[in-house]
Amino acid sequence: MSQSSDSSTIRELIAFRIDGREFCVDIMQVRDIRGWTPATPLPHSPHYVRGVINLRGAVLPVVDLAARLGFKPSEPTVRHVIMVTQVEQQIVGLLVDAVSDILTVTEADIQPTPDLASELAKTFLRGVLAMDGRMISMIALDHVLPAREALAA
Amino acid sequence: MDTMAAIKQTFFQECEEQLVELESGLLAIEDGTSEPDTINAVFRAVHSIKGGAGAFGLDQLVRFAHAFETALDLMRSGRLSPSRAILKTMLMAADALADLVRVTRENLPADEAEVGRIVQQLELLVEGGDGAAAALAPVAEAPAAEDVPDFQPIQISLADLVGSAPEGARRFKISFEPKPGFYARANEPLTLLRELGRMGQCRVVCDTSHIPALSDLDPEGSYLVFHIELETEATESAVRDVFEFVEFDSQIDIEAIEPEPAFDDDAFARLMSLAAGAPQEMPALIEPVVRIAEPPPAIERVEADSQSRKAEAGKAEAAKVAGGAGATIRVDLDRVERLIDLVGELVINQAMLSQRVAEARLSRSSALAMGLDDLEQLSREIQDSVMAIRAQPVKPIFQRMSRVVREAADMTGKTVTLHCEGESTEVDKTVIERLTDPLTHMIRNAIDHGIEKPEVRLAAGKPESGHIKLSATHRSGRVVIEVSDDGGGINRERVLSAAIAKGLVEPEAQLSDEEIDNLIFLPGFSTAATVTDMSGRGVGMDVVKRSIQALGGRISIVSHPGRGSSFLMSLPLTLAVLDGMIVSVANETLIVPLTAIVETLKPRPQDVFDMGGDTRVIRIRDTFTPLIDIGQVLGYRTEAADPANCVVVLIDLEGHARRALLVDTIQGQRQVVIKSLEANYRRVDGIAAATILGDGRVALILDADAVVANAHSQAAALPEMLEPAE
Repeated sequence: MSQSSDSSTIRELIAFRIDGREFCVDIMQVRDIRGWTPATPLPHSPHYVRGVINLRGAVLPVVDLAARLGFKPSEPTVRHVIMVTQVEQQIVGLLVDAVSDILTVTEADIQPTPDLASELAKTFLRGVLAMDGRMISMIALDHVLPAREALAA
Repeated sequence: MDTMAAIKQTFFQECEEQLVELESGLLAIEDGTSEPDTINAVFRAVHSIKGGAGAFGLDQLVRFAHAFETALDLMRSGRLSPSRAILKTMLMAADALADLVRVTRENLPADEAEVGRIVQQLELLVEGGDGAAAALAPVAEAPAAEDVPDFQPIQISLADLVGSAPEGARRFKISFEPKPGFYARANEPLTLLRELGRMGQCRVVCDTSHIPALSDLDPEGSYLVFHIELETEATESAVRDVFEFVEFDSQIDIEAIEPEPAFDDDAFARLMSLAAGAPQEMPALIEPVVRIAEPPPAIERVEADSQSRKAEAGKAEAAKVAGGAGATIRVDLDRVERLIDLVGELVINQAMLSQRVAEARLSRSSALAMGLDDLEQLSREIQDSVMAIRAQPVKPIFQRMSRVVREAADMTGKTVTLHCEGESTEVDKTVIERLTDPLTHMIRNAIDHGIEKPEVRLAAGKPESGHIKLSATHRSGRVVIEVSDDGGGINRERVLSAAIAKGLVEPEAQLSDEEIDNLIFLPGFSTAATVTDMSGRGVGMDVVKRSIQALGGRISIVSHPGRGSSFLMSLPLTLAVLDGMIVSVANETLIVPLTAIVETLKPRPQDVFDMGGDTRVIRIRDTFTPLIDIGQVLGYRTEAADPANCVVVLIDLEGHARRALLVDTIQGQRQVVIKSLEANYRRVDGIAAATILGDGRVALILDADAVVANAHSQAAALPEMLEPAE
């Protein structure tokens, strides 16, 4: 697991913005970045699941990351992007405001999530990075989609 | 070990093919529609199974196949005439062989008693050859004793045999001349000679006189002839059995000679060194030559190929089979599925592209538009061809039904013949697989309930033997399978009274004939006065109907009292696509599977009645049907839609309940490619799957049953279609 890897391991991260805040995920988990296309809503789905879109013939669920992280739900425009990420065997689209940067960091640069953070933040954040005076939160994708077994929230 | 398991797997796959061949051959002989070569094909099928089973040491299978083959051999040589009684035994043996293959494959214990009984019957045919066979077919010649390969597993104790010529020993002079095909099939003379060596004392001389000069030598040719003198206790047929798998590929003459005491103890050792290619009596050159002549074992129908060398009459046919074998390959199903997925994407992409071009308002005659037209045609053709890979003829499953008919007829004491049509009709593999159970059930039902007892039939002026027809045809993009019998038809009085007795219908209900016939599809319905082994447990036709519906098919029944009934099943050619009606609900596009839809109609406001709460019913031809607003159930809107601006889609649910679904508009009807939602997300209640429409957007496919179950209304308690209108 990446968590246990050497502190000097070089990692590449993709940074993106949601509602004025900066987040990032491991570049290896990102398969594609696409412009926003309207999603087909799914009945009985949690509020943060925007619906499904067509990704080259596969049906891709799209999660509004802002809503998932407890911020104000996005109102997507053509400027919004969908980051297509792979979480274990599933492919999930994440709706974000914009992709901002590619960061090269070492494992040691990733600090643990501050204790003050909310429970919600602790569930989704893997750690934080300090970059040129900005704070970038690193997202753990594992819990982004609702659990498969769980019934509609 | 894994390789072995894989080869074994292939063997069992081939067994299935051989069994199909065997059964269809026997049936053709029974019908009198056989070709001269059919009996050879039948023999080959059993022979191949035996050969393969022998290679894997599946003794029981070998023994049974051998007994069977022996009887078939008699028939092949014309010494056993294919009379009805004999063919019945043969068919029984074919069924038993199929069972034996199955239990062997699954490592289950075989039904020894049954196997033994059939082996006995076969042996009776063989041994009683002159008696039994001649009685049945007076013209048939009594077989010469030594030609009847009587099969007794022979235990050869090497200790007893080696170095001694016990009393009762026989001597054989064997000339063994392998043909090039022998080596081509990776056979090795040494193993055969060793086998002979194990049977007794044997002296082998290799005749190398036919070896040409090196310049004329065909590396794939065969030039060696072995002359063997064998002294053994074994019978001639046992000796012959040694060569049994190479008999088509070599010239073998076995001649029994008077005992002669002389025996050279070194003979065997010499033979070994000789056959192994040691430079004793053969030029050293030969060894590499022989090696070259052994190509890697290819997947080939050995018997079919060798047959073409031997049988004059069967030449063309065998060549065809051999050619056919070369033209097929086995492909992993996953690869095919992946290809189908990709082509599905290609078609969607092409549709999107066309739509974009149309939006760009390019002239239809522009090079781009014309190129796109070509692309469209091409992608459709690719899609059809790819779907065709999964398509398989219904023949194997039809064939299985002939066994069901035989067994069911035996069990009920009725005589029934099965007539199949359209066996080459092709359907998706999965559809075929999932059709076996419903078909079995329907045929058993037809024999158990439909076909009358022989005496009843005769009294009704019908032929004594009942007739069941099984047919498959392609009709407008679907396959229609019909099961019909010429029995008594549905006894409507009995069906109705049974349904009333079980509380499925109100006693005072007035039902049309068609509605009564359809009662048999209700869950828990069964008319059989006594529960028989085969049917009559009351799980019959509703299960059939449900499995057909699960395949996206529909089933209907037509019955004529006294003349029989026929069941019509209409099935999709593939499960990868679905015929659907595209509807709009609260600005969302949904697909309703066409199989569920009974009709669509524009409701009149005065026909819709509020039942309190959120429940409404609609009156359709004086029947009240619960009205369900899909938009509300799926949470697209909170306010119930005004029926005046909507369209009603009437659907049939499992168990014959009918519901009216309210949608905004109907956009059209189209075939859609089914995409799983679960792969990247999870099951969504009320949604069966998703698809991608021409505009590239995802549309959801409605799961009608789940939507209705979700409707949480008291509507479920409302009268159903079959109950009387008020």
